[in-house]
Amino acid sequence: MNEPGSARTRRAVAGARAAVAAGIENQPTADVRKSIAFQAFLLFTIGVAILGLALLLIDAFVEGLPRFGTELFTAETSALPQDSGFYNAIIGTLLVIAGVTAMTVPVGTGAAIYLEEYADRERWWNRLIEVNIQNLAAVPSIVYGILGLAFIVRGPLSIGFVVLAGSMTLSLLVLPTVIIAAREAIRAVPPSIREGSLALGATEWQTIRRQTLPAAIPGIATGVILAISRAVGETAPLLLVGAAAFVTFSPEGFFDRYTVLPVQIFTYFARAQDEYIVLAAAGIIVMLILLLAMNSFAIWLRNRYEQKW
Amino acid sequence: MDEQVTEPRRDQETGRTDEAGRATSGDGAARPGSDQGGAAPAERALPSIQDTARESQPRKGDPAEAGEREIMFGIETLRVSYGGQPAVEDVTFDILKNNITALIGPSGCGKSTLIRCFNRMNDLIPSASVEGHVHYHGEDLYGPKIDPVEVRKRIGMVFQKPNPFPKSIYDNVAFGPRILGMKDDMDGIVERALTRAALWGEVKDRLKENAYGMSGGQQQRLCIARSIAIEPDVILMDEPCSALDPISTGRIEDLMIELKENYSIVIVTHNMQQAARVSDMTAFLMVALDDEEDNPRGRLVEYDQTEKMFTNPSDQRTEQYVTGKVG
Repeated sequence: MNEPGSARTRRAVAGARAAVAAGIENQPTADVRKSIAFQAFLLFTIGVAILGLALLLIDAFVEGLPRFGTELFTAETSALPQDSGFYNAIIGTLLVIAGVTAMTVPVGTGAAIYLEEYADRERWWNRLIEVNIQNLAAVPSIVYGILGLAFIVRGPLSIGFVVLAGSMTLSLLVLPTVIIAAREAIRAVPPSIREGSLALGATEWQTIRRQTLPAAIPGIATGVILAISRAVGETAPLLLVGAAAFVTFSPEGFFDRYTVLPVQIFTYFARAQDEYIVLAAAGIIVMLILLLAMNSFAIWLRNRYEQKW
Repeated sequence: MDEQVTEPRRDQETGRTDEAGRATSGDGAARPGSDQGGAAPAERALPSIQDTARESQPRKGDPAEAGEREIMFGIETLRVSYGGQPAVEDVTFDILKNNITALIGPSGCGKSTLIRCFNRMNDLIPSASVEGHVHYHGEDLYGPKIDPVEVRKRIGMVFQKPNPFPKSIYDNVAFGPRILGMKDDMDGIVERALTRAALWGEVKDRLKENAYGMSGGQQQRLCIARSIAIEPDVILMDEPCSALDPISTGRIEDLMIELKENYSIVIVTHNMQQAARVSDMTAFLMVALDDEEDNPRGRLVEYDQTEKMFTNPSDQRTEQYVTGKVG
């Protein structure tokens, strides 16, 4: 009796296994092919993105590297391309972004605090402000350039083609980005921290000043640096608000005339002589180094001070 | 001290297994001291809870006769609504001074909403509105001249999830005194608060370290230390042990019993054994299931001495709840 019983069991088990195996192997191959094709397409898109960037970089490096050296950072602009450096432009860029930082950090953080901590989202004007900020972040930079020219360089403020005009124009440009980044940093502070502080008898302002804001500062700083590195690369609005094509001196204050790196690169490329083209390519390397340094600092800051909740 | 530490831990085990039992079988509960958890037969539910209540009795101190002690909060026809929908209503009872008062009841019955009325934390929820009165030292907390910030300075709160500030242990405790303008002897204030929260010995060598490096139980005791550093009258605890393991829970329960010498404590808990072990008075809230109105709202079913609530409740719903037959 045992023998046939166990044989039957064996057969049944074998049959079940075969059925399961058949089920696994008989997957419709069309689906598999589709999935592979989709993956290949995704890889291709990544490839295009990286390849484009790589080609640009390689081109700039191949052309500019022979001309690249420390004198690019220290030499002032000269009438002769072989003696020219980017010292004036670097100082101009640093002054402009110092102005941008001084203006966007307090205004941007303040706006973010209002929107996150005080604004009642039920009110239509708060929603209007929110939608507007998001839309402003998408406005083309040239529009800000025209605005700066009409209202800051000329028009009501009429401060002329000076560093401050460049700073104010770029501040308007990056402010929406800074506000959005600061809001996200403030929102990342869990409500339980605010509750804990308020439950100890702290006022709303004390809670913001001593708990929420300190906890959000690393995030805000990261956002500000990334926004400013965008401002560093901006050319179009600065062409309009007076970053001069050719200045042989460095600005000494916010009311001096100035030039910035991208504008200088732009004008060098527009010249006929080959020496200027090479100089412009070397300028790109200088600017890339500046941007990479800023972005690395932002990443370091985020990793170093970011609070894990 | 040793006895005090170990005894509640054992209690806690019964509490935990009991909860597990109820979760799986609906009305089942563990035998006292049983390790079998959910396997315990359902018919032992009653002895378990009464036994726990009896065990905890010696540690409760003198069960007060209601009316003899000073009243801390006089709650009158309190009703809290969120966006016009009442969440809890018709609550009237007195919370006594130097007592531990437990608020128990099934989820959604408004315990947390109620406890948040006592220090006006509900103000932080824009849609919440409170009607009725909470009298505190003769003043209505919801009166027109009351500043909620002043209320919260006197009535501290410990939350369900430990929420230390992302600062050093020292700064966590010192934050409250600092914003109140206390400047002298901050070290002493911090040490006393941590000592009373039974944490000083564990952290005295690492006061400058970030509080996030502590264990969950230590963090919760830090939160208690933080709230007693500003010398409040009352400490509100909203399920302070729900995120903690039994040993940490036992420590915090011991701590509560020590603290009630100087403070009045109100605790929301889902764990009935915890209510039975630590509290003097228990309030049972429940959503009225037979409510004919559309919106279910919590109501106070019964409020009495904890011992009576767990052994001889006068309301049938209380008995069903504390014996694990509903909820």
